[in-house]
Amino acid sequence: MARIGVFICWCGENIARNVDVERAAAQVAELPGVACAVAYKYMCSDPGQSLMRQKIVAERLTGVVVASCSPHMHLRTFRKAAAMEGLNPYLVEMANIREHCSWVHHDREQATAKAVELIGMAVAKVRCDHALQPIAIPVTRRAMVIGGGVAGIQAALDIADAGYQVVLVEREPSIGGKMAGLSETFPTLDCSQCILTPRMVDVGQHPNITLHTYSELEAIEGYVGNFKATICKKARYVDVKKCTGCGQCWNSCPSKKTPSAFDYNMGNRTAIYVPFPQAVPARPVIDRNACLHFLKGKCGICAKKCQAGAIRYDDEDQLVTEEVGAIVVATGFRLYSIGKEQSSDRTTGYGEYGYGRYPDVIDSLQFERLVSASGPTSGEIRRPSDGQVPKTVVFISCVGSRDNAKGISYCSKICCMYTAKHTMLYKHKVHDGQAHVFYMDIRSGGKNYDEFVRRAIEQDGARYHRGRVSQITEERGKLIVRGVDTLAGEPLTIEADLVVLASAMRSAGHVEELAQKLNVGYDEFGFLSESHPKLRPVETNAAGVFVCGACQGPKDIPESVAQASAAAGKVMVMFSHEQLTREPEIAKVNETNCAACFACVRACPYNAIDRADIRDRKGNIIKRTARVNQGLCMGCGTCVAVCPSKSIDLEGFTEQQVYAMLESLV
Amino acid sequence: MSQPSDFQPKIIAYVCNWCTYLGADLAGTNRLEYPANVRIIRLPCTGRIDFNLLVKAFEMGADAVLVSGCHPGDCHYTAGNYHARRRWILFRQLLETMGIDSRRVQFSWISAAEGKKWQQVITEITEKTQELGPYAAYREICQAGG
Repeated sequence: MARIGVFICWCGENIARNVDVERAAAQVAELPGVACAVAYKYMCSDPGQSLMRQKIVAERLTGVVVASCSPHMHLRTFRKAAAMEGLNPYLVEMANIREHCSWVHHDREQATAKAVELIGMAVAKVRCDHALQPIAIPVTRRAMVIGGGVAGIQAALDIADAGYQVVLVEREPSIGGKMAGLSETFPTLDCSQCILTPRMVDVGQHPNITLHTYSELEAIEGYVGNFKATICKKARYVDVKKCTGCGQCWNSCPSKKTPSAFDYNMGNRTAIYVPFPQAVPARPVIDRNACLHFLKGKCGICAKKCQAGAIRYDDEDQLVTEEVGAIVVATGFRLYSIGKEQSSDRTTGYGEYGYGRYPDVIDSLQFERLVSASGPTSGEIRRPSDGQVPKTVVFISCVGSRDNAKGISYCSKICCMYTAKHTMLYKHKVHDGQAHVFYMDIRSGGKNYDEFVRRAIEQDGARYHRGRVSQITEERGKLIVRGVDTLAGEPLTIEADLVVLASAMRSAGHVEELAQKLNVGYDEFGFLSESHPKLRPVETNAAGVFVCGACQGPKDIPESVAQASAAAGKVMVMFSHEQLTREPEIAKVNETNCAACFACVRACPYNAIDRADIRDRKGNIIKRTARVNQGLCMGCGTCVAVCPSKSIDLEGFTEQQVYAMLESLV
Repeated sequence: MSQPSDFQPKIIAYVCNWCTYLGADLAGTNRLEYPANVRIIRLPCTGRIDFNLLVKAFEMGADAVLVSGCHPGDCHYTAGNYHARRRWILFRQLLETMGIDSRRVQFSWISAAEGKKWQQVITEITEKTQELGPYAAYREICQAGG
C-alpha cells in the first residue's frame, strides 16, 4: 500500500497569496494513498527539507510529492534530500503550483482548485513510480582527438599532460593544420611557426600520444566511455618506422611539378614530399598521382637513394581500431571558394572578382604563404603572374561573409584582423607600396585588437575605404578594381598589382559525413553544433563527444586554443571517475512482448536500440528483440510512441503513469 | 454552438520538458495571466506522444488537447519534434476517421523564451474550446461502449 507524503510550499507569499495552501493540503490528504499532507513556508529551505526528511521516516513514506516551484528549479534538491533518508530519489515528484498556477492565475478559488488537481496528478504519478537505480557505465580512459590543427594539438597535449592516453587523428601527412601555413599572427605579429612548431614536436614526442597522420576516421561504434574507432591509415608508401626523415628521397625526386596544397598552389612540390620542412612526423609520403613509378612503372630513384630502405611501393591502406572513452572533434575550417565553380549550390561564388581567371587575384591563405619566410618566395612579396613586386595591393574583406546573396549570412570574425595584419606585413616588406582595404565594417573586438587595426591605418598607412567592390578586370597587366567609397559617396577605381580576397571561413570539407558518424548535429553551414551556446559550449548532443576550434564556428587562434583546453578539461572530468553515472529515466524493452518489428530502431535519434537475439541454453535463437543500449539512450521516448505492441516504455514517464495522471482528472 | 460563458473547459497540454515546459515557466516568472483551464503533462519530448495519449485524454474528459514542443531544429533530442510533426499529419486524419473533432486538438511550437506565446496559445485555445462547448459527445460514446 502506497504511503505518499505531500508537501505544499507557500514560497513565502508567492504561492500562498493566490493558492489557499492549507485548504489544498486538507483536500489532497483525502486522496488515495496519501499518508500525510502538510504546508510549509519554504520547502526548499533547510528546515523545509528537514521537515520532509522527518516525515519520510516517521510516516514510513513510500513516495513524496512536493508542490512548489518548477521541477527545473528544485526537483534535484528534493530528490537528494529524500535519498538522505534512504528513499529512492525517483519516488519523488513535483507539482508545479507556482510558475504554472499561483503566478499566472489571480482568482484564488480557481488557482486553489487547479493546484489541488496538479497535486492530484503528481500523486497519481508517484503511485505508479518505482525505484530506479542510476546506471553505471565503465569508462575507457583514453581520448581520441580528430584534427591536428592548433585546437587539436592543444586538446591532445592537455589531455596527455594530465596522464591519459590520447589518439590524435590527422587527415594530412603532418599535423599543424592551417596555423602551420600562416606567416605572422595578430595582434602581436609573432611568427606562427615559431610558436606552433615546438608544440607540434611536443605532440610527436609525447609518451601518451599516439599519432595517426594521413589517416581518417572510417567508422565509430559504441557510446560514451566505450567507443571503438576504426581509423583508415592511408598508404604512405614509406615505412615510417624505418624512415629517418633525412630528405634524400625528396631532394632527388625528378617529379617536381605538383602544385603544393600546403602552399595553396602558390608553389610546387615533388611527388615524394613532406608538406613543409617542420612537419611532424618528419616522414614523407608518395603522391601516387604524381610519382613516375606509379604512373609509368619507371624511376624508383627514391628507393635507390633511401639508405634506410624505407620506400615501400607495395604499401596499402590499413585499418586500425582504437578503443577510446571520449572524442574531441577539431576539424577546423576551409575558405569559401571564390571562383564561379562551387561545390555546393548554396554558395554562388564571386565570378566578378576573376579569382581563378586572373593569377594575381589570390585569397588570404595564399597571401599568407606569399609573406611567409618558409613560403614559395621565401617571404618576398612577388605576384604570381610575373614575379614583380606589387606596388599597389587591394585587400577586399567580407568576400562571402555577411553576404546572403552569395549564400553565407554570418561574419567570419577573423578577416578584419588578418586583413589589417596583411597590410602591415606588406608595408614592412614593400616600403614604397600602398595597401588599400575595402571593408563593410571593421570588427576588431578583443584584447589589443582595435589598437592593432589603428596601427595598420595610422602607422603603416593602409587606406581603408568603406564600400564594396563590384568588379575586377585586367588591363595592360594591371587589375582594375571598381568599387565605391560610401563615406565619400563616390565610386572608386584603383589600379592594383595584386588583389587579396578575405574569403569567408567555412567548415572543413566532408565534416557532415563525420558529424553523421558521430551523431553530432551541424548547422546549415556545416559548423558542428554545441550542446548549449552559452552553458555547454564544448559539449555536443552526443554524449562523450566534444568540439573545439573552427569546426564549431569561425574563431581565431586564441579562441580555438581556449576552447580546446575547455574540451580537454571536460574530457578530464569524465576520466576522473572510474564509472560514469547516467540518469535511469530511459527506455526499457519488455523483451517477452517485443515482436521484433524494430520500428523503434528506426525512430531512435541516437541509434540507441540494438537488435538482439534471445537464445536458449543450447545457444539456439528463441526469439529476436529490441534492446536499449543504456549508454546511448537519452530518454526522449520517441520509441515508445512508435511501438505498435507497446513493448517499450520510458522509465519515469511510463504509459501507466501518464494514464494515471489523466485518470486523476476525472 | 454558443455555450454559456461560465463553461470551464478541461484542457490537457502535453508539453516537452525542454522548450514548452520552460516557456510556461517563463510565463509564470513574468506573471503573464491566462485562464486556469490547462493541465500540463510534462514529457521529455513531443516525440513521446502517440495517438493513444490524445484519445485517452478525451476519454478522460478533456474538452481539448494541446501538443507543444520545441521549434523545428531546436529539439533537445535532435529530432523528436520532427517525429511529432510527421505524426500529427497522420493523427489528424485518424481523428477524423474516429469521429473526433480535430478542432479540439492543437499543435504548436513554443520555445523556452516564449512565455508570451504560451499565454496567447492558452488564452486562444481556452476561448476556442469555450465556443465549441463541452465535448460530451465523445465521452458518451466511450461510456456507452463500456
